[in-house]
Amino acid sequence: MPLLSLITYAPLIGVAGILALRLMGRPEDAKVVSASKWIAFVTTLATFALSVLLVLQYDPSNPGFQFVEEAPWFAGLSYRMGVDGISVLFVLLTAFLMPLCIAASWTSIEKRVPEYMIAFLVLETLVIGVFCALDLVLFYIFFEFGLVPMFLIIGIWGGRRVYAAFKFFLYTLLGSVLMLAAILYMIATTGTASIPELMAYDFPGGVQTWLWLAFFASFAVKMPMWPVHTWLPDAHVEAPTAGSVILAGILLKMGGYGFMRFSLPMFPNASELFAPLVFAMSVIAVIYTSLVAFRQTDIKKLIAYSSVAHMGFVTMGIFSGNAAGEQGALFQMISHGVISGALFLCVGVVYDRMHTREIAFYGGLVNRMPWYAAVFMLFTMGNVGLPGTSGFVGEILTMTGAYQASTWTAFLAATGVILSAVYALTLYRRVMFGELTNPKLAAITDLDWREVAIFAPLIVSTLYLGVQPNIVFNLTAASVDQLVAVYQAAIGG
Amino acid sequence: MENAAVLVTVILFGPLLGAITAGLFGRVIPSKVSQAVTTGLLFLSAILSWVVFSQWTWGGLEPFTVTYAPFIHVGDFISNWSFRLDGLSAVMLVVVTTVSSLVHLYSWGYMAEDPHKPRFFAYLSLFTFAMLALISAADFMQLFFGWEGVGLASYLLIGFWFKKPTANAASIKAFVVNRVGDFGFALGIMTVFWAFGTIQFAEIFPQIAANADRSWEFIGRDWRLMDLACGLLFIGAMGKSAQFFLHTWLPDAMEGPTPVSALIHAATMVTAGVYMVCLLSPMFEYAPVAKNIVTVIGAVTALFAATVGLTQNDIKRVIAYSTCSQLGYMFFAAGVGAYQAAMFHLFTHAFFKALLFLGAGSVIHGMAHEQDMRRYGALTKYLPVTYAVMTIGTIAITGLGIPFLDWGFAGFYSKDAIIHAAYEGAQAGHAIGWFAFIIGVLVAGLTAFYSWRLAFFTFNGHARWTSEDLEHHWHNRDHHADDAHGAHSDHASDAQHETHDEPLASDDHAHGHGHGHHGPALPHESPWSMRIPLIVLSIGAIAAGFAFHHQFIGDEKAEFWKGAIYNAPVEHHGAAAGAHAAPAGPDHATTDAAQHAAGPIPAPAVEQPAEEHHAPVWVILAPLVASVLGLVVAAYVYLLREGLGARLAARGGPLYVFFYNKWFFDELYQATFVRAAKFLGDLFWKGGDQKIIDGLGPDGVSALSVKVGKGAGRLQSGYVYHYAFVMLLGVAGLLTYALWAWNA
Repeated sequence: MPLLSLITYAPLIGVAGILALRLMGRPEDAKVVSASKWIAFVTTLATFALSVLLVLQYDPSNPGFQFVEEAPWFAGLSYRMGVDGISVLFVLLTAFLMPLCIAASWTSIEKRVPEYMIAFLVLETLVIGVFCALDLVLFYIFFEFGLVPMFLIIGIWGGRRVYAAFKFFLYTLLGSVLMLAAILYMIATTGTASIPELMAYDFPGGVQTWLWLAFFASFAVKMPMWPVHTWLPDAHVEAPTAGSVILAGILLKMGGYGFMRFSLPMFPNASELFAPLVFAMSVIAVIYTSLVAFRQTDIKKLIAYSSVAHMGFVTMGIFSGNAAGEQGALFQMISHGVISGALFLCVGVVYDRMHTREIAFYGGLVNRMPWYAAVFMLFTMGNVGLPGTSGFVGEILTMTGAYQASTWTAFLAATGVILSAVYALTLYRRVMFGELTNPKLAAITDLDWREVAIFAPLIVSTLYLGVQPNIVFNLTAASVDQLVAVYQAAIGG
Repeated sequence: MENAAVLVTVILFGPLLGAITAGLFGRVIPSKVSQAVTTGLLFLSAILSWVVFSQWTWGGLEPFTVTYAPFIHVGDFISNWSFRLDGLSAVMLVVVTTVSSLVHLYSWGYMAEDPHKPRFFAYLSLFTFAMLALISAADFMQLFFGWEGVGLASYLLIGFWFKKPTANAASIKAFVVNRVGDFGFALGIMTVFWAFGTIQFAEIFPQIAANADRSWEFIGRDWRLMDLACGLLFIGAMGKSAQFFLHTWLPDAMEGPTPVSALIHAATMVTAGVYMVCLLSPMFEYAPVAKNIVTVIGAVTALFAATVGLTQNDIKRVIAYSTCSQLGYMFFAAGVGAYQAAMFHLFTHAFFKALLFLGAGSVIHGMAHEQDMRRYGALTKYLPVTYAVMTIGTIAITGLGIPFLDWGFAGFYSKDAIIHAAYEGAQAGHAIGWFAFIIGVLVAGLTAFYSWRLAFFTFNGHARWTSEDLEHHWHNRDHHADDAHGAHSDHASDAQHETHDEPLASDDHAHGHGHGHHGPALPHESPWSMRIPLIVLSIGAIAAGFAFHHQFIGDEKAEFWKGAIYNAPVEHHGAAAGAHAAPAGPDHATTDAAQHAAGPIPAPAVEQPAEEHHAPVWVILAPLVASVLGLVVAAYVYLLREGLGARLAARGGPLYVFFYNKWFFDELYQATFVRAAKFLGDLFWKGGDQKIIDGLGPDGVSALSVKVGKGAGRLQSGYVYHYAFVMLLGVAGLLTYALWAWNA
């Protein structure tokens, strides 16, 4: 059974169901709205179940691609799917977050609900496709088309959307044009679009440089790395809560995944050559965006800037080219997917109630919302990288990895552990602590059962991964070790 | 050993179980149940800890490590959840669980009226768990876990009264300053990992002698590896133990409830830095420059904090600065290589300092949450038990004893051992040893002065309070009874700025000074739940030194520590500690290596000539004389010529102003780091992101398009579908081209 294709396209079954409903009933009909929510929820849950099955069947001792599917496609191309230790967890992460996103949108999305659900389901298919594709063209299709539903989610169900959507569009398109040119060149010179074959192909040094830069343009925007990060805070501010969760939780990881899947194995010499540039950009991201986060007045913008800082650790780890760095980067991406997703959900909780994200509006929420305060505290600590939460493991490993490559990088990035405490705890204090002075907050209610149910799996993940990160490393070790070995051999290490 | 492994497991996880119970179910179950569960489990841990400690001291228990589960396994970066029992962790076990269980009990009375008791007890137990994880770590990652875990608990407990803005600010300050320390700590761990290829203590220590003179590149410079690693790790210790430069959070941490101050900010957490340096003695012994830094920072902290402590009027702040100063003693002891003496002072200090803090809490409790000593006086007859135990604590901290009979209170043994060790260092041709010795003696005098000042100012002389004051406070407290942690803004405004009122609770106020009582309001003694811990700790403050000095620093120290502490041979010590950091001779390196290889935990401590017995008489007498002088001056100023202290303070000479304002550290940091962070944050945000990046990037492009076409209007206000459509077209077009190009 082609498990990967099943997981990838399972959400489309839900899409078909919702479309059928829409054809039968009026779109604003309450029954249609309710049914489409349920269809989306059940579909994403089923997809999650399938992805758990995938991880259970995955053989951690085999470093290569597994569950490989290969079939001739059209125009001489092949349809190739497969996962290895680097990609398999992203499939799981995506499928894990999606049902939570649907549940989080249950009451907050009021217009065009069936379309909204369709957008999310399509997005899920495309994102999972990115992580499973073993063919350049297929990858590119998933990668670029994935932006479209995201773009619509921001544009239609978001806030002041035009500016944000425009920025998002401009940046990502610019990157993707260059990457496409590189893909064309690679296919033309090697005669194959197969990713495993290309990983084994030896590109000459000068060519590697240009190809690396072209891919870098696309992935750096996606991460996003400083200085092409400014679309992210705007996109987050305008996006609905669930859109932010997916954006921060998964879409940003496509950049890091791209670096590990393409840049490092296919262009190792160029990766080594440009590593100092990446380190510089990463360190600037950590320090610069942490300081900017400290000064924000909008809760969501603050968390968005902190995402950029955390992604700085990821890029730094990837280009350190050793096991600690790569494992740390992978872990940091998974962990950040959970923690930043949860933080955006935390923002959504108060936004749904008060319809503002101004920090100054709040204060003293702990008096009325003790459970919410506890949940927010936990994820704040995860964001700060407290040991015992998953946020710590990725940070310490990426810094350790970077230390070997460049002690300056580790030294400067380590200041990020101070700065993250500054902005995150200041935010928490201003929103949660003190007297409840704003009369509008006097009747604000604590988490309801639906919200508790959404947070519960995220809390468990954050703590469990924080104490037992080895369940991740056990899955990823073989593939990462191979990646590091190949990379080190190529650069003559 | 099998038995002991079970015992330490129960000791470690008992408090965690309590924390989870009170934390998760505290809102559902009666708060008495939360209190009983957490306190009960802590007493269980404490009793079992004494069992383990007895077996260790008298029962021939050998060092062992229990491994529970893997933590991080990435390549050689291997860390496990484990419990390492050795001499150091055995000592810490009894310190942590004893003080913690007594503080739990004390809090029954102290926090009686607080509406958030389950949360409070959950935090206390969580802290205890993290502290136990810290002391039992067998590798750097678990150490770091405990290290930051206690920081979290400290943050939560300092800010426990979350309505008080000062408490919130203090909690963030504590966390952030500790993170500055952890910045160094983390870099130190990375250095050790890449230098030795492991983060397990038992694998690192045997490699050190062979790497004693290795050089190491770090941020563009070559360093001696051991000095670099130990120096970076020591930055972490400075943060956690509030040493000079990173001390500013500790006085502010007094915003937390007093039991917290006693447990975390006096007896246990703040000593974690000292513990870490002693634990890493096999590394520090090969890091002469780092040792000198430890000595100097410790000595300077001891002096600095004592000078500030002389002038403070808030009873808790005096004790906080005293803690800071005593930690300085411990560090300079470690810095001159007397780790045993440092650990001994840590041990005795835990008893008498927890006693002083809890005693201060009892005074505050009896005085309707007044913390300003200028409003105390003549309390002896109202608080007889508190008076007695505070006097015991003061005698203990000032180190009174009879030198040649070898009998005295706890501080007499441990502090004098430290001062003697510094003298030994000085004798070994070590200029920094003289520095530490002189400061040690001087600070002994200052300690006596501020400690007796506190005692006399609080309990003796004339009453500087009136029944109306107390009435007013109590009224206030009752007024806030339903949210006991509220900021008492109405009378906070007329209080001195350094006065931090603590909203208090008492469980016996109904009969002690109840509403509608007859006669004037008077200070009252605390309930038994608070008196029992005070009495138990008094016993410790009297006897801890006398009972254990043979084990910690005397004839039995080799059998007691069983190799947990490493002292380089004396010749090596002298040479290595010398100003020019002479490298160890090759034969030493090899013999050391051989000794290290002998066991999983490094070689047994090499016997040094016993310090105490060789010191000349004047050295033995010096600290005692300084201490008695301090007592006499304090008695003169605050007993005989009562009011002289206030007049001196009012005159406010430059030195007084300097000390009173804590050497202006807060102002300095505010003006530099805090302002710089805000300035840079705004600069990067509004200048960098908005003006430069967006201005040249997307905004620039869109502005350009406005100029270029009329369609720009539509672009700015146009419907979002258009973008989506354009984008789809673009992607489709590019893809078409791609397929064409490939087929061509």
